[in-house]
Amino acid sequence: MDLTDIRGKYIAAVAGAAGEAALEEVRVAALGKKGEISALMATLGRMDPDERKAAGAQLNALKDEIDAALRARKAALADAALDERLRAEWLDVTLPARPRRMGTIHPVSQVMDELTAIFADMGFAVAEGPQVEPDWYNFDALNIPPEHPARQEHDTFFMARAEGDNRPPHVLRTHTSPVQIRALQTMGTPLRVIAPGRVYRMDMDQTHTPMFHQVEGIAIDRDISMANLKWTLEEFCRAFFEVDQVELRFRASHFPFTEPSAEVDIRYSNVGGQLRIGEGDKWMEILGSGMMHPKVLQAAGVNPDEWQGFAFGMGIDRIAMLKYGIPDLRAFFESDLRWLKHYGFSALDAPDLPGGLSR
Amino acid sequence: MKFTLSWLSDHLETSASVTEIAEALTDLGLEVEGVEDPAEQLAPFRICRVIEAVQHPNADRLRVCRVATYPGGPGSEMVEVQVVCGAPNARTGLVGVFAPAGTHVPGTGVDLKPGNIRGVDSNGMLCSERELMLSDDHNGIIDLPEDAPLGARFIDWRGLNDPVIEVKVTPNRPDALGIRGIARDLAARGLGKLKPLDIAPVAGGFDSPIAVQIDPALKAKGCPHFAGRVIRGVTNGPSPDWLQKRLKAIGLRPISALVDITNFFTYALNRPLHVFDADKVAGGSLRIHPAAGGEEFLALDGKTYTLAAGQMVISDDAGVESLAGIMGGELSGCTPETVNVFLESAWWDPITIAATGRALKINSDARYRFERGVDPAFTLPGLELATQMVLDLCGGEASHVVQDGAALDTTRSYKLNPARVISLVGMDIPEAEQRRTLTALGFTLRGNDVTPPSWRPDVLGDADLVEEVARVASLSRLKGAPMKRGTPGVPKPILTPLQQREKAARRTIAALGYNECVTYSFIDAKAATLFGGGSEAVRVENPISSEMSHLRPDLLPGLLAAAARNQARGFMDLALFEVGPAFQGGEPGEQHLQATGLLVGASAARDPHGSRRAVDVYDAKADAEAVLAALGAPARAQISRKVAGWWHPGRSGAIGLGPNTMATFGEIHPRILREMDVKGPAVAFTVLVANVPAPKVKTPTRPALAISDLQAVDRDFAFVVDAGVEALTAVNAALGADKALIESVRVFDQFTGDKAEAQMGAGKKSIALTVRLQPTASTLTDAEIEAVSAKIVEKVSKATGGTLRG
Repeated sequence: MDLTDIRGKYIAAVAGAAGEAALEEVRVAALGKKGEISALMATLGRMDPDERKAAGAQLNALKDEIDAALRARKAALADAALDERLRAEWLDVTLPARPRRMGTIHPVSQVMDELTAIFADMGFAVAEGPQVEPDWYNFDALNIPPEHPARQEHDTFFMARAEGDNRPPHVLRTHTSPVQIRALQTMGTPLRVIAPGRVYRMDMDQTHTPMFHQVEGIAIDRDISMANLKWTLEEFCRAFFEVDQVELRFRASHFPFTEPSAEVDIRYSNVGGQLRIGEGDKWMEILGSGMMHPKVLQAAGVNPDEWQGFAFGMGIDRIAMLKYGIPDLRAFFESDLRWLKHYGFSALDAPDLPGGLSR
Repeated sequence: MKFTLSWLSDHLETSASVTEIAEALTDLGLEVEGVEDPAEQLAPFRICRVIEAVQHPNADRLRVCRVATYPGGPGSEMVEVQVVCGAPNARTGLVGVFAPAGTHVPGTGVDLKPGNIRGVDSNGMLCSERELMLSDDHNGIIDLPEDAPLGARFIDWRGLNDPVIEVKVTPNRPDALGIRGIARDLAARGLGKLKPLDIAPVAGGFDSPIAVQIDPALKAKGCPHFAGRVIRGVTNGPSPDWLQKRLKAIGLRPISALVDITNFFTYALNRPLHVFDADKVAGGSLRIHPAAGGEEFLALDGKTYTLAAGQMVISDDAGVESLAGIMGGELSGCTPETVNVFLESAWWDPITIAATGRALKINSDARYRFERGVDPAFTLPGLELATQMVLDLCGGEASHVVQDGAALDTTRSYKLNPARVISLVGMDIPEAEQRRTLTALGFTLRGNDVTPPSWRPDVLGDADLVEEVARVASLSRLKGAPMKRGTPGVPKPILTPLQQREKAARRTIAALGYNECVTYSFIDAKAATLFGGGSEAVRVENPISSEMSHLRPDLLPGLLAAAARNQARGFMDLALFEVGPAFQGGEPGEQHLQATGLLVGASAARDPHGSRRAVDVYDAKADAEAVLAALGAPARAQISRKVAGWWHPGRSGAIGLGPNTMATFGEIHPRILREMDVKGPAVAFTVLVANVPAPKVKTPTRPALAISDLQAVDRDFAFVVDAGVEALTAVNAALGADKALIESVRVFDQFTGDKAEAQMGAGKKSIALTVRLQPTASTLTDAEIEAVSAKIVEKVSKATGGTLRG
């Protein structure tokens, strides 16, 4: 049986089919029930056995060949179609992505969380107190009697008093130190707490705002000394400023609520406008501190013959400015979006000690 | 407090340098705020001689001088310099002060350069006093005596080489408001030796024609001791050069010998004095008494003060002559014509002085010192020393001393516990050193009983002794000593539940894309009133500006003001938040923690994806719910429309549990936006952090997870209801249809507006719910699904008055 012409015809038809439908027509014409090859297969029964054997093998081979050609052509057509689709699906990927708002944490909040992380590790809890205080908590209990010159130096905001209300006016707390008294009254001794929060002074110029933030720290036990205070502050500064070495200098000073009292300076350098803590030959005052005055302990109901301890107070905004290179205090409270975004922190950058305080 | 090095050396024998002294003072607690050494800027100016001065060829008023200068100092080689000078007194043979080219002239702020003036070279300057900032004299150049040493530094020759040190004296150290007190501290530190103060009483030659008397009302408190004496026949000219120099150096203006003497004692010994012109004291007596009130008093500052009852004054027969301890009177003050003077030395009660000074707003050196505490034992010695100085400088003859009252006895003693000093300071200070320090500071020790000196009113307990010892020993020697942990092992959590929530709220809101602000706790009266505050109870009596007069009742006004400021800068789309206190009253504790977020403008900038849309109430609601979830609030809370007046009444809601409101969300009332100058739309939420109930059971263990292998079935329902029906009513009704089977009900669509009404009738809308049925026992049959569906339709129809949409 000579199948050369048939083969040639169908292989050419498969190759020339332009699409799935044309290819199907070729398949039906060749291999369909009424197709040409199927018709030839039907003639096999009328042949003698030897002839049938040879022709059957020939026909089956041809059938397989055409079938394979059909499949190959089908796959090629599908690939071509996909390529065409992908070409059509081109997008300009340089277009901006869908917007996502990025929030920020204010530096004051971030630094408060840093303070909490460091002092919690040293066993300090966080205490709070009201921002409107009776003058007793803000002054008298802290050994600042009414006529003490230090009272005048506090530039205090007073709350208005209704006619007939003869109590001394309440004050907006001028420092976080009243929390010393409140914490001792509620938690007793021994005690280690820090108390960060808002404080208020009647002062507004280049470097002062009528509201700012302080953190108070106290540690009271039977044998706590000023040397422990120095160590605690050294550890804090090293951790907070994220440097290997800090050097603090204690300078005698006076605060009515501590005795002895010390102003604490930190060593730094100023290289091209950039502050570097822990090196150089300059000293900058960063906080006030001392041993709690016996009268303050007494005011809080603690026996000063049994208990002793230290207290310190530090400006949070100020150490935030130092650490993060923020130039102007007033901008902290102006809510300029550009400032908030530039100096703010990511919501997920919650400071902790294992991961480091800042990214 | 300012003083000069030479003045200090009146009291301190020392070889220490200015730098050493300054460092020691700061370390001792007398913080040095500045050291001004005139030698630094006046060093290049040396004494010279004009060899010849001739007329400038091209200028009538200028002279060309050949100047002999000696840059190497006296006796060194002469260098001739040509200088063009315009001073009228520039002449041949003048001995003057020369500044070579390259010198910075402090009086003009100019750096001298070699120049050419109208064709003649000029290589330096012959200086006037003004150019050296010594006086305002610019009529001519400095004209020195013939024998002034050529080549010497002018400041050395004139005795101006005296550094001025300024220290900040803390309120507890009145003794350091006198130079002697500062010297004593330095001597105790070992920087020299305190020179003895010789007080020789001046014998009076006659009885004082002026008597003194303290009103009984003031003897116990106010003025326990008043002394004085008349010195007659004085000459009150200008004080001598050395005294004027010292006073000028510390910023005081020399007035006359008598006044300068009082200032000298104020600064040298913290002993303010007053001088009356004795001839102007009417009636021959001075009476110290409380003012009756209403008196007018012309003080030495030229101002007239109206006195309040009780303020301490000194009067003669003519009326009030002095505001005791604060400021003398113009009428009885000393003038250059004064020949008889009454010299007053008194001790005034600090509290009374402070109250009067504050009430009259007078700040004087005397008030400053008396209200901090002047040495009560030094009233008479001070008077004697000052008498001697008046006699020395002004001549005359002193009367006997007249006085009323007596020096206040402040003797008291405290225990020195050397071991306690070491325990408190944490520094090994040997007992002998502790005793030596206290003695050097003037304390008297008998065993461990320590009596403070009369000039240290601040020492009021054992702890004050510790401070004295520690500061003299130097806290800079202190070495840090590790502090034991309170409890060993892993630290326990230290934040209170409210503190944890504050932190969670803050970080959640930031994660939702808001920028945190910290705004002032006080706002203006108008904004406070708009937000339900502004009452008298929350008013600040002495606000720093009218913008900050009331405690904020809410965080929104501060955020809205911040939004307005940002909008004024062109930032229209904002997401701002704050977590902080708001004040419902003016008593301590009448504050509560709010977490407030504000969205203004659009959700995003314009972009190719059409992301931009105006923010709306559902944005605020989503964020409020996210914050509540972060704080652990129960998922199913009620929503009410009971909100404060600053919210849009139809587009706001409160999320609460029973009567307890946890949060409010919504659009800001358009009227508020107008008042606060914010361009809308603006939506916000406020979470009242403390109102979120704490979880009933606090355990980290979660309940077991119950999930079914059986297929859940979702069925959708659409209801036609009246437009005013709230979706939550339908949702709750559907949930109630079969509490076991229905896992969730969600609104997935609503159809409102004109088209909806055209289809469903006027005043109608459609709400579409999807209900998820979760069988637990066996797969649901069609019949079961039909049954529960029918029940849902029935319940929702009943609750809403609506019908299933056909």
